[in-house]
Amino acid sequence: MKFLRDLLDKQKPLFQKGGKLEPLYYAFEAGETFLFSPKHTNGIKGAQVKDAIDLKRMMITVVIAMIPALLFGIYNTGHQHFLATGQGAGLWDNFADKAILGLTLVLPIVIVAYAAGGLVEAAFAVIRKHPINEGFLVTGMLIPLVVPATLPLWQVALATIFAVVIAKEVFGGTGMNILNVAMTARAFLYFAYPAQISGDQVWTYLGDKTAVDGFSGATALAVAYNAGVEGEAVNTALSSHNSVLGSGIYEFANLFMGWIPGSIGETSTLMALVGAAILIGTGVASWKIIVSGFAGAYIMGFIMNLFAVNEYMAMGPEYHWVMGGLAFGIVFMATDPVSAAQTETGKWIYGLLIGALTVIIRVTNPAYPEGIMLAVLFLNVFAPLIDYYVVKANKKRRLQRATV
Amino acid sequence: MSKLVKLKKGFDIKLVGKAEKKLVEFQPAKTFAIKPTDFIGLQRPKVTVNEGDTVKAGTPILIDKALDQVQYVAPVSGEIVEIKRGEKRKLLEIKILADSEISYESFEKFSESSIKNLSREDAIANLTKGGVWPQIIQRPFGIVANPADNPKAIFISGFDSHPLAPDFAVTLKGEEKYFQAGIDVLKKLTDGIVHLNLNADAEVPAVFANVQNAQINKFSGPHPAGNVGIQIHHIDAINKGEIAWTITPFGVAQMGKLLLEGRYDASKVIAITGSRAKNAAYTKTFIGACVDTMVNGNIQEDEKSDIAPETRVVSGNVLTGEKINKDGYLGYYSNQITLLPEGEYHEFLGWMKPTADKLSFHRALGLLSFLKPSKEFVLDTNVRGEERAFVQTGVFESVTPMDILPVYLLKAIMAEDFDEMEELGIYEIVEEDLALCEFVDVSKHPVQEIVRKGIDLIQYS
Repeated sequence: MKFLRDLLDKQKPLFQKGGKLEPLYYAFEAGETFLFSPKHTNGIKGAQVKDAIDLKRMMITVVIAMIPALLFGIYNTGHQHFLATGQGAGLWDNFADKAILGLTLVLPIVIVAYAAGGLVEAAFAVIRKHPINEGFLVTGMLIPLVVPATLPLWQVALATIFAVVIAKEVFGGTGMNILNVAMTARAFLYFAYPAQISGDQVWTYLGDKTAVDGFSGATALAVAYNAGVEGEAVNTALSSHNSVLGSGIYEFANLFMGWIPGSIGETSTLMALVGAAILIGTGVASWKIIVSGFAGAYIMGFIMNLFAVNEYMAMGPEYHWVMGGLAFGIVFMATDPVSAAQTETGKWIYGLLIGALTVIIRVTNPAYPEGIMLAVLFLNVFAPLIDYYVVKANKKRRLQRATV
Repeated sequence: MSKLVKLKKGFDIKLVGKAEKKLVEFQPAKTFAIKPTDFIGLQRPKVTVNEGDTVKAGTPILIDKALDQVQYVAPVSGEIVEIKRGEKRKLLEIKILADSEISYESFEKFSESSIKNLSREDAIANLTKGGVWPQIIQRPFGIVANPADNPKAIFISGFDSHPLAPDFAVTLKGEEKYFQAGIDVLKKLTDGIVHLNLNADAEVPAVFANVQNAQINKFSGPHPAGNVGIQIHHIDAINKGEIAWTITPFGVAQMGKLLLEGRYDASKVIAITGSRAKNAAYTKTFIGACVDTMVNGNIQEDEKSDIAPETRVVSGNVLTGEKINKDGYLGYYSNQITLLPEGEYHEFLGWMKPTADKLSFHRALGLLSFLKPSKEFVLDTNVRGEERAFVQTGVFESVTPMDILPVYLLKAIMAEDFDEMEELGIYEIVEEDLALCEFVDVSKHPVQEIVRKGIDLIQYS
């Protein structure tokens, strides 16, 4: 450690004012503060001691919370490939092969997302002379988890750069953005390159192998939607789907576990809940948003039941929790404190509306089988409005007190 | 109508170095200083003495030309040795070399019953002339009160909930008579109520046990339950255009002493606290005393000594105090000194390392202090991170037991949006009320500095 410290101290003058590499100061500083927490002390007046928390620690907590979903996603990517190509139907058969295949597919996406996002972040920090923000630690991990493993790497890079620049840096960097950065990346891909991120073909990596006869790559949401259109009970449609690969792939328990095709990190509700437990336990994410998000989806599902005119609307509301990316989106995307509602009352409303809107989009809109992405972005835009009314209520209470 | 208010929001910063409940003696301080910077809102200070003049305890040495009725007086008798000015001739310190025996200016003396018969004008005249008036702080703004105002009520917090704060049962022991006289004269100054707010979670100190002429309210909960601003919010909140006054129990007793004894007595019992204090205990000293005799020789090593060998001396507590030199002077309003390790060190992967030794309100990865809720911590003055934009939400609210939205208010101040500041309640707070926000802030904003900037904007525009 001493050696590292000495090395940094020796190089530091190069980057400081008047040094040869002064323009790169913030890049140096980012590295330095990553290795060593700074030795600044508190000012003369005011708080003389400070809480041990900082933004880096908060962000890394979110990254840790995503790791179960990432590991699951890696293995599931391999597993789905083996399943679809008819090699080793058992979950734990060919464990090493599945894990290695998953790694070779997922790891490059993670690396590309971090590299692209990190470069943009560093470039902006150097040009605009502000410290490198820790936000991209989370963004760089979120983006890979919400795209399919088959996505071309150049698209990963392009989407990341687009999102970091347009959704974040133009507003002033971490803390100033209106939209969730990772969701913006996904929305960009969805509208710019729909062929690679929607439909039935992209969710399972086949490589140069051919799928077994009768294989369908459709996601549970697509199956449910079609069942609604064709008038077949959704439960039956789900349980009989892809029976060629084994029975009950889209049954509730398996949907909950997440051994299904989908974006890398979103399939497993269980892993999203593990992440939620970490985020709520550490207090980093708002439990209010998570609870109200799930509640909103359930309530809207239930209302759909009451007025059901097709089989999809009649589907048990609990299915909405386990299909698609709802759980992942609510736990990791909706809770982004910068783009979410910032008042405590607002968080309840914000979460409820995300859950409800997701279900509405899923069930009633034929163009978008999944609703969470648009619901989160939509409510990101509306969060300031929700807060506006909560803040206004606070002001009103103060005013009323004065006039009584 | 006494009130009992139970507060849940807040956070107690538990530190090593609580003052033992005994009085210890140090060499008496040789020099004393009045620092005009201690008086917030002192707009046009004018020194009324010259270097070389001799003064008695209670001799006026400073006035505010904008509020010239209020006298700022010498705490002890002696010779004015230095009038220290800083940049742009800003007045910093008026230093007095003390006599070995204090001689007092004599002021009019009253009996306990004659205080009750004082008129409001006479009461004000005696308090301002006797030098105790600066103890009265006006809300909003937290500035020295203007004698021309008639406040809607006067509030006294009967306990200090700040980290390592002194216990008034010790600091005001035996001051019952003076405290009561002080309350009686305060009652003259307002048409409203004099509120004395006590700690519901602790025994009532003897000095407050039989107080007459004041409404007793009780507050329970973690810090900042003892902050008078929080208490006002729950008893009779300040609206735009209203004025309330606040005063510390020490100030009340000092007023009583002035009237009953006819002298300005600046002596006060303070607590010497902090993990670096060898002799953490109470001691009797004076307003503006040089702290060197209390600090030098009274510093001990603690568990941070190997990485943070330097010691910081804080006049006041760790949330709202001010760093002073080892031969600096006790602040006018300070009732404690805190000795802390100066945290000027790098820490390898300090942002990621799991730790149970650093106190945190949060529970994010590796911050394990929440597992030991009753542990007393050794904290140093390291910032523990870098300043960032606001990211985390909901934290400030959970340490601010008021119906106020701190982040929105702070942002309104940063944007210099006057209407918004007013509507969001800037009149109800001063720095100390949001000091905990500064402690818990993930993004390390200078919250108290921002609050003062907002108050200044509102006050002087």
